[in-house]
Amino acid sequence: MLGSGIIKGMVETARNFVGSYIDENRLVTVEYPEERLPLKEASRNFPFLVYDGDDAAKGLRCVACQICEKECPPQCIYIIKDTAKKPDYIGKMQLQPKVFDIDLSVCMSCQICVEVCPFEAIKMDTEYELSTSDRFEGLLLHKEDLWKSNQYYHKIHPTEAAEVDARLAEEKAKAEAKAKADAEAKAKAAAEARAKAAVPVPAPTPSPTPQPVKTA
Amino acid sequence: MSVEVEIPSSKTYSVLPKMGPDGGVEGEVLEVAMGPQHPSTHGVFRMDVVLDGETVVKLKPVFGYLHRNHEQIAESTSYLGSMPYTDRLDYFCSLTNNWAYALSVERLAGLQAPERAEYIRVITAELTRLVNHTCLAGFLLMDMGALGTPLMYAFREREKILDLFEALTGARMMCNYMRFGGCRVDLPAGWLEQARKIVAEFPRFLDEYENLLTTNEILLARTQNVGVLPRELAINASITGPMLRASGIDYDLRKVDKYGIYERFDFRVPLGDHGDVYDRYMIRILECRESLKILNKALADIPAGPIIDPKAKIRGFRPKAGEAYGRIEAPKGELGFYLISDGGPNPYRYHVRAPSFINLTILEDMCLGHTVADVVVILGSVDIVLGEVDR
Ligand code: SF4
Ligand code: SF4
Repeated sequence: MLGSGIIKGMVETARNFVGSYIDENRLVTVEYPEERLPLKEASRNFPFLVYDGDDAAKGLRCVACQICEKECPPQCIYIIKDTAKKPDYIGKMQLQPKVFDIDLSVCMSCQICVEVCPFEAIKMDTEYELSTSDRFEGLLLHKEDLWKSNQYYHKIHPTEAAEVDARLAEEKAKAEAKAKADAEAKAKAAAEARAKAAVPVPAPTPSPTPQPVKTA
Repeated sequence: MSVEVEIPSSKTYSVLPKMGPDGGVEGEVLEVAMGPQHPSTHGVFRMDVVLDGETVVKLKPVFGYLHRNHEQIAESTSYLGSMPYTDRLDYFCSLTNNWAYALSVERLAGLQAPERAEYIRVITAELTRLVNHTCLAGFLLMDMGALGTPLMYAFREREKILDLFEALTGARMMCNYMRFGGCRVDLPAGWLEQARKIVAEFPRFLDEYENLLTTNEILLARTQNVGVLPRELAINASITGPMLRASGIDYDLRKVDKYGIYERFDFRVPLGDHGDVYDRYMIRILECRESLKILNKALADIPAGPIIDPKAKIRGFRPKAGEAYGRIEAPKGELGFYLISDGGPNPYRYHVRAPSFINLTILEDMCLGHTVADVVVILGSVDIVLGEVDR
């Protein structure tokens, strides 16, 4: 019958219309900003820098190695190295960034910087309400705007952050064990050397010239 | 002091003489520029059409408005660095773009994705196909004047799949997920259950969609025998994907190339026999149903294990000199990446064989003799994304 297809379609639309009052699956609209969906754990938006401890400037994990700057496809990271060094999480002296800027208006949220960073220093944020009326400065974030604590990282990506922490702790333990082993080996080598030195050559005799005795 | 400013007259149409068979002027034809800011052109795309009354007598597609030097940029960034750019080719199907690119780099560097990664790739690619095909049907209907309803139903379902993508890759559309020799992250907890649920519910939506559209008389009147693409022309113009299969040619790279692990799945390749717009619509719905079969099996069989080849590396990736071509059956057709490496950190040559672009080249042949309103529908049925056409 001519028109039966249209009627079938109409029935379908009506079912959806009525269904939207009773069926959760058909009522999918979320009234942003009054309502918000919870973010997925994996969701990503723009990068931020992680710091450990309470002092952001001191605890910044970034060592200004500039790998991310080189790898970022649209080249939106800008780093200047500082001349002073500070110890990193395993106690090695490392450089730190003097300037670390990310231009969010250029960043395409690709996460390549996170993947290439060997120091777990840069991670993806989930903050998305970033609109600003200032087209140039407003979206150019500096080191001070970018650093966020490890606790914050744990809050937004709990699983990933826990993995990262475990990895860092493992590395640290390894480094410490290595340092200890190194120290022991050094001590042993030194002791051996001393022992070796002690056998053929007699211990140096006290100097013949007596120290001047302080008199009262 | 006054300055004279000459405003260039922008001409959007011109009237040309119509020549009769004996060489004399018979009447007038109208040359119109459709687009680039025309809502029906799926982006910034222009068609210079010559109309005799309402009938199209000549059509010239003009593209390049969205050109952003993709290939040149890829040749100057690292191999990994152009992975996120491939997302932006066909921004509806970023995961299949990722796969095609990863596949050709894997061929170049001799990497092999592990079992689990292959399964993840199949699952995400087939989900992408569902998204693309249902939305395409929605857009096609929108081009016919069904403002919104079918498209919104398609978007409702697409949203669920995009949620899956977000939970897995972190982004809804620009996924940047596949890596050379595997995938970036493993599936999060509960993802497979969620995916199974969505796949199980999808046939119901397809039935609903078909109830709404497939037998609708207006749709039939607007699409049957419109924009017929003959078999020979389709082959000669190297058309691929649903467009080619709608003309009745059994050519699906998932069957022909058997890349990845596609030989393990049992599915059929739907074929049309008229090659008109209606066949192209129908093929897509049928392909969705076949994709669901693949998905059901893949979601049931996916093994545990590593997700990336241990030989793969993130920093300092330099494949040895050589060339490789990797192609997959993207939702729009054969998507291929041709790479030449000179041993350096970035490709010496990088070329994309974009299905939208090549499928668009026969637009004129399909449109001649039809009315302007049909041109819009025919263009809609080609399924183009300008990000991929212009690159
Ligand atoms: S964020 Fe990471 S890769 Fe970038 S400079 Fe700092 S340590 Fe290096
Ligand atoms: S997310 Fe991508 S574009 Fe943004 S800073 Fe990192 S590497 Fe650059």
